[in-house]
Amino acid sequence: MRRRLLSGNEAIALGAYSAGVRVGTAYPGTPSTEILEELARFPEPYVEWSPNEKVALEVGMGAALGGARTLVCMKHVGLNVAADPWMTLSYIGVNAGLVLVSADDPGMHSSQNEQDNRYYAVMAKVPMLEPSDSQEAYEMVRAAFRLSEEHDVPVLLRTETRVCHSRSMVEYRQEREEVDLPYEKDYVKRVMVPGHARLRHPVLIAKLERLREEAERSPFNRAEMRSSRVGMVTSGVCYQYVREAFPEASVLKLGFTHPLPEKLIHEFASHFHRLYVVEELEPYLEERIKAMGIDAVGKARVPRTGELDPDSVGRALADIVEMDTGVRGGGWSPPLQEGLPPILNELPARPPVMCPGCPHRGVFHALSRMKAVVSSDIGCYTLSVFSPIEGIDCQVCMGASVGMALGLEKAFLSSEANRGKEKKVVAVLGDSTFIHGGITGLIDIVYNRGFSTVIILDNRTTAMTGFQPHPGTGRTIRGEETFALDLAELGRAVGVESVRVIDPWDLEETGRVLEEEVGAERSSLVIARRGCVQRERDREYSPYRVDAEACNDCGLCMRLGCPALVKREGSVAVDETLCAGCSLCAQLCRRGAIAEVGGDG
Amino acid sequence: MADVVMAGTGGQGIILAARIVAEVAVRMGYDVKTSEVHGMAQRGGSVVSMVRWGERVFSPLIPRGHADFLLAFEGLEGLRCLPFLKPGGRVIVNLYRLDPLPVLRGDADYPQDYLEIIRGFAPGTLAIDAVEMARAAGNPRVASAVMAGALSSLLDFPADIWEEAIRTLVPARALEANLRGFAAGRRAG
Ligand SMILES: Cc1ncc(C[n+]2csc(CCOP(=O)(O)OP(=O)(O)O)c2C)c(N)n1
Repeated sequence: MRRRLLSGNEAIALGAYSAGVRVGTAYPGTPSTEILEELARFPEPYVEWSPNEKVALEVGMGAALGGARTLVCMKHVGLNVAADPWMTLSYIGVNAGLVLVSADDPGMHSSQNEQDNRYYAVMAKVPMLEPSDSQEAYEMVRAAFRLSEEHDVPVLLRTETRVCHSRSMVEYRQEREEVDLPYEKDYVKRVMVPGHARLRHPVLIAKLERLREEAERSPFNRAEMRSSRVGMVTSGVCYQYVREAFPEASVLKLGFTHPLPEKLIHEFASHFHRLYVVEELEPYLEERIKAMGIDAVGKARVPRTGELDPDSVGRALADIVEMDTGVRGGGWSPPLQEGLPPILNELPARPPVMCPGCPHRGVFHALSRMKAVVSSDIGCYTLSVFSPIEGIDCQVCMGASVGMALGLEKAFLSSEANRGKEKKVVAVLGDSTFIHGGITGLIDIVYNRGFSTVIILDNRTTAMTGFQPHPGTGRTIRGEETFALDLAELGRAVGVESVRVIDPWDLEETGRVLEEEVGAERSSLVIARRGCVQRERDREYSPYRVDAEACNDCGLCMRLGCPALVKREGSVAVDETLCAGCSLCAQLCRRGAIAEVGGDG
Repeated sequence: MADVVMAGTGGQGIILAARIVAEVAVRMGYDVKTSEVHGMAQRGGSVVSMVRWGERVFSPLIPRGHADFLLAFEGLEGLRCLPFLKPGGRVIVNLYRLDPLPVLRGDADYPQDYLEIIRGFAPGTLAIDAVEMARAAGNPRVASAVMAGALSSLLDFPADIWEEAIRTLVPARALEANLRGFAAGRRAG
């Protein structure tokens, strides 16, 4: 046995490796991204960044059928994209084990919603495990592979930000299991025509009953008896919060949470006149416990939005636990703090921003001058929503920008109230996002004779999630060279009438080309291509400087929203330590007051 | 047992500093938990890391009013995390100001007297110019090692354990600068 401090994501990768995983697939997404990156540190498994989560799961299904233990990873919303294969995979089964890791993000640290993916286990009728720390993450992924093979179902490992990105001690083994199962044709089991699927659905339901028995004896579900008066039920990282807030409470700690161990829950409940259910997001456990006829308090007290912590758990339950126990605050003590300076309530926010030199900035500058209706997507460019750029109108999910643009255009086209706006509609999305979910929307624009302009912000990487390569970059996850998808050729191949490639650091070109394309009544694709500045830190450049004499403080450059431009006593200055030398501010300045440091002005 | 909150902005090396502290606590035989921020916030937003150690640690998140130490890598972010500090807790402030966008645009005021405010709440606050000290140590990017060094002077862990932890976590080409930065921070504490 070895011991190391590991993040939940590292522990999952290590557990999967030790379980003999031969195939790992994923599309990046916080907080799940590092799992596959860690798995790729090992030489043996085949690992890939897939173009999106649906393809990741499909490759995974094939690999599991082909006899290899397979790990498929994604953030919570990724499972929406992969939901179609997910719902039928459980009918056909797996052959070798398949574990899907879904990383939820309560509190939305880096996400567009905080959906609770435990329901995906219920919908697909598959077993689910929820780790509460890195040790469990390691053990659960190993157990998940055994369960998956024994019951011939995929397993959902539902984790979340505070497990993925917390480090805790893990005891682990050095060895790697060998699993190599034969593939045999069985089309009644695996070709889901209605007649076959009707046979498979009852089989799946029967598996669920056997899985419930597994849940009853699983070591991941355990009753910790302490107080005879207070019984709490919890799962995932909330276990830690419960233990910290109410150290004396008895706790039913659930880790195998679908199907639920009903006997165990009844047994635990029999010791208490009611149960307290502590879970993040939806009342998943609570509703099921109540449906079993057990008196339980959950979301009436514990917040349903945002993430929990020991404070919020303590505050939510202290008074009723006090009633049950007679112990002051139920054993929870509120934060010891007085005399915090009032100014703390008025601090300026620090929203994330597009970096100095970000190639996305020039495009948004041009679009805002054109008063375009900007249907946006998810990536670093979404940060253009904040003041002063306020450059985008709507954003929902990956790839949606393109279809939404066409919808806006078609609505405007038949509208009196919005006359003329149909010629102002653009979709903006990153290169990774375009490949993930934008291509079919582009085909729709061409097919249905739309003329919304699609702008790909091609920074040659998946920046938002930490610079992963994608099919357009010509590199694999292991850094090997491969074919690079040519976005311009792809545009032409699907029939786009006008395909243009521009350099977004050239404001004149960017403005001119967008003016030409956005108003035109033909389909158009503009590829704004320049590598992400964060990836090119070693490039040679000199920062810019403002000549305070020449500056008349007109404020034009400040509209770029560049963090390297600072307002100081009546004029603008460049913070040279932050400036990346993109020159956009200098290109904008009408008085020629901004020039390269060391240049001849 | 102790709880440490580190506050700053994306790109300041907070994750590395937290890993160093956590690694030291592991080597001292404690149960350890940390929590980090990845993803979107790293694009220049507020970033917080937490490190806790003791006989047994449950929550990776430190409750408000519990932290023994607050490492403020940036003034405003230090203020923002002040509520985590427990009465009598110690603060180490890096004398560094990075204006957030609302301030750059002139829409909000930077709390220029952040150091006095922090001192008013936490007497015994240690203020250092970690960036300048890092520069003197050979690389302004090792300011996070300077901050870890300053923290080390307030803790009872032997110097060679800190050095071992840094050697395990820092890639070879940045190692010497980090060790020098750490030593400078430790002397300043
Ligand atoms: C379905 C789904 N998968 C993953 C994510 C996480 N995610 C957000 S943006 C993004 C990609 C950003 O890359 P790109 O479009 O190239 O833009 P960039 O950040 O490089 O500007 C990813 C993977 C998500 N929000 N939704």
